[in-house]
This record gives sequence, C-alpha cells and structure tokens, in this order.
Amino acid sequence: MLVEYYPILLFIVVGLLVGAAPMVLSWIGSLILGTHRPDDAKLSPYECGFEAFDEARMKFDVRYYLVAILFILFDLEIAFLFPWAVALKEIGFAGFLAMMVFLAILVVGFIYEWRKGALDWE
Amino acid sequence: MTDWLLSAAQGTFGQVWGPVVYQTVLNLVLIVAIIVPLMLGVAYLTLWERKLIGWMQIRIGPNRVGPGGLLQPVADGLKLFLKEIILPAKANKGLYVLAPVMALMPALAAWAVIPFAPDVVLADVNAGLLYLLALTSLGVYGVIIAGWASNSKYAFLGAMRSAAQMVSYELAMGFALVVVLMVSGSLNLSDIVEGQGKGRFAAMGWTLLSWNWLPLLPMLVVYFISGVAETNRAPFDVVEGESEIVAGHMIEYSGMSFALFFLAEYMNMWLIAALTVLMFFGGWQAPVAVAPFTWLPPIGWLLIKMFFVVSLFLWIRATFPRYRYDQIMRLGWKIFIPVTLVWIVVVGVWMQTPWSIW
Repeated sequence: MLVEYYPILLFIVVGLLVGAAPMVLSWIGSLILGTHRPDDAKLSPYECGFEAFDEARMKFDVRYYLVAILFILFDLEIAFLFPWAVALKEIGFAGFLAMMVFLAILVVGFIYEWRKGALDWE
Repeated sequence: MTDWLLSAAQGTFGQVWGPVVYQTVLNLVLIVAIIVPLMLGVAYLTLWERKLIGWMQIRIGPNRVGPGGLLQPVADGLKLFLKEIILPAKANKGLYVLAPVMALMPALAAWAVIPFAPDVVLADVNAGLLYLLALTSLGVYGVIIAGWASNSKYAFLGAMRSAAQMVSYELAMGFALVVVLMVSGSLNLSDIVEGQGKGRFAAMGWTLLSWNWLPLLPMLVVYFISGVAETNRAPFDVVEGESEIVAGHMIEYSGMSFALFFLAEYMNMWLIAALTVLMFFGGWQAPVAVAPFTWLPPIGWLLIKMFFVVSLFLWIRATFPRYRYDQIMRLGWKIFIPVTLVWIVVVGVWMQTPWSIW
C-alpha cells in the first residue's frame, strides 16, 4: 500500500535536487569565471534607482489576511467534499441529502461574508 | 530483463536491501524519463509562446539562433546559467535561496501521478488527485517566501497579491475537482480517464461526446480559467505586473535563481494542460473510435490535446488586457465559487434521478 508512494517520495527528492543543482552549479561557475562581482548598489533592494526610502517590511492591507482566513474555511470544506464526492455513488440518497444540509449551512456563511463586504476590494 | 536485474541486485546487496536498491534505481530511471522530455517541453514552450504571439501580432518572432530560431531556448538557458546570482544585502539569505527551489519542486513532483497512457504512470496511487491538489497548493509557498525574503517593496507587494490570488482560485479549482470526482467516483487519474470512455455516445463510437467536457462544461471553463490564474499568466498576471510592480516577487532574482521561477511557471502550464485534458477531454482516448483516429498511439493523443490547451494559454495572453486586482478577486469569489457550488448541487441532483448518465 505505502510502497506505491515510494516513487512519489523519490520524485519530490529529485525535484528538490533539480531545483538546487542549477543554482549551485551556476554559483560555482560564476566564482570560477569571475562574473560574481557584488557591490553596494547592486545588492541594495530595487526601488527605481533611488535609495530605499524605508523598510520593506511594512504594514499591509488587512484584506489579504481576511482572504487567507476565508481560504482556510473553504479549503476545509473542499477537503470534506472530496471523500463524499468519491463515495457518492455508494452512499445513495441519504448521503447526498446529508451533504446538501452541510452545504446549505456553509452557503449561509458565504452569503453573510458577501453581505458584510468581506469579498469587496474597493 | 527486470527479473534478472532484481536477482542481480539481490545478489549484490542481499535479500533485504536488494529489492530496495532495485526499486530506487528503476524509479530514478523512470523519473529521469519523465523530467527530460518535460524540460524540453518547457524550453520549447517558451519559443512557441514567442513565435505564436509574434504571428498573432503580425511579427516573425525569434528567428536568428539556429534554423527558424530553434536554438533560441538553448541560447536563453546558457545566458541565464552564466549570469551572476545576486544575493541582496538585506535579504534573508537562506529563505531567498530556498524560494526558487520551493517553486520548482511541486511543479515537478506533481508529474509523479500523471498517467500518460493506459498503465503508463509512475505512481498509480488511489489518491492521485488529492496529492495533486496538495502539491499545487504548495506552489504558493515559493512565491510568498521569495517576496518576503527579498526584503524589497515590490517583491513584498507581489507576494501579497499572489498569496491572495492563488488561494482564491485554488478554491474555485477545488470545487470544480469535486464535481469531476462526483461523476467519476475515483481519485485515481487513470480511472477518471477510463470512466470518460463509457456511455451511450462512446458505445456508438463518438467517444468525444462521452467526455466530461460536455456535461461539466461550466466546470471546464471555471477550471481552465482558474488554472490560468493559478499559474499567474496573463490576463491574471498582476502578481508580476511588469508595468506597475516590475516583476513582483522575482524582482531581486537574477540568473539561474530567476530561471527556476520561470521554469516552474511553464511547467505549471503544462501541468494544468495535462490535468484539463485528463479530467475533461478524455486523456489519451481518441475522439472518434474509427480507423484513422485509432492509429495514433494513446500518448500521441494526450500530447496533441495538451499542446492545444497550452496554446490556448498563449492565445489568451495575446488577446486579453490585464485584469484589475479587484476584478480578479471578484471573478474568483463572487462568480466562480457560486457557479461551482450551484453545479455541485445540479450534478448531485442529476445523479439521484433515473436520468443519471454516470
């Protein structure tokens, strides 16, 4: 059973290596070829040619945070829907009805968010 | 052949470790056999993109390097490889280096469960689609880590935008997947493809009409457009937005570290194309089950369909102007999510009636 997942584990490791190898090789290559020539201006954060005005770790709009929270709610809902959808043909009408009740409760929440303006970006 | 290799491995490494070594080597060979064509596909997708958009804008596109510009990706790759990797002074060095790898890894590892033809799949796991949903969610980490670690305002803005945009469209995508799961009753991608080859039309030879795209048409549209938004492609590329936040999270990256983000983006395009084809366009099945169409091997059909879907990405990029950010969020939350929720109920009710076709 778990043996089937061994190629996936290998693929993830290979994926990390395929990502890391070109960077390491390129870094070594640039040291050998002498293209690695950092200076103060080059290493400063880009800000259209000006000196950076203030810290980049600044305040940001709370809406981004709100979207992240809403995402967690809905993604959990999807996680619940996945096994239900796979088993739908076996669990019959009762199973279908149970999930519709669950969805109805969530839709009430969705409408509440919408009316409260949590989904607006104006 | 394989039996002989197994016994040879057992002879060399012993009864316990022999099979492990054999499995590892065999799988590594198969993984390389997937990654190498994939990398070539990514390289030539960049050329095809420039060519196709060139033709659409009545230009020629790249034609200087090699015959008809065919060596352009090689030249680009070599140039990026030889460029200096800049580590900004204020950046969080560790995270800064980790971010491109985190962007590329999920785009690559997702291919482990993609079936290329009947029984041609690296890991035929029964939770394939769940694994894909998990891995595509991981993709957002590369972008966020890059934006945060760069310690630059543009990168930070880009990361914020991408985080919100990618998670929003992830939801629409997830709901669209739920509908596909309802009708196929399996998380295994091979089963999902096989399930599309059954039905009244397939029995008459019109396999084309039995595929999921017809009964699930709204889900196909939602899934594909969400896929465009997930990969941050035009018209949803406010994350990069070169005219306002100058490449967003990638602004401080150069040379190979930038190339990895680029690779990840194009690899994700191929992945979305593959998934669209597998879930909605019958995967490797021929559209009509009569003579000239069945001559092509299954993988040929899969690749042709993937090529068309990927070209659609480029066509969209050449056609539409960039969306405003509030329009993107409205499309995701206020149009796609309600549409998918309604279609879940519609298909659910349909499956309970005697007219269910599944």
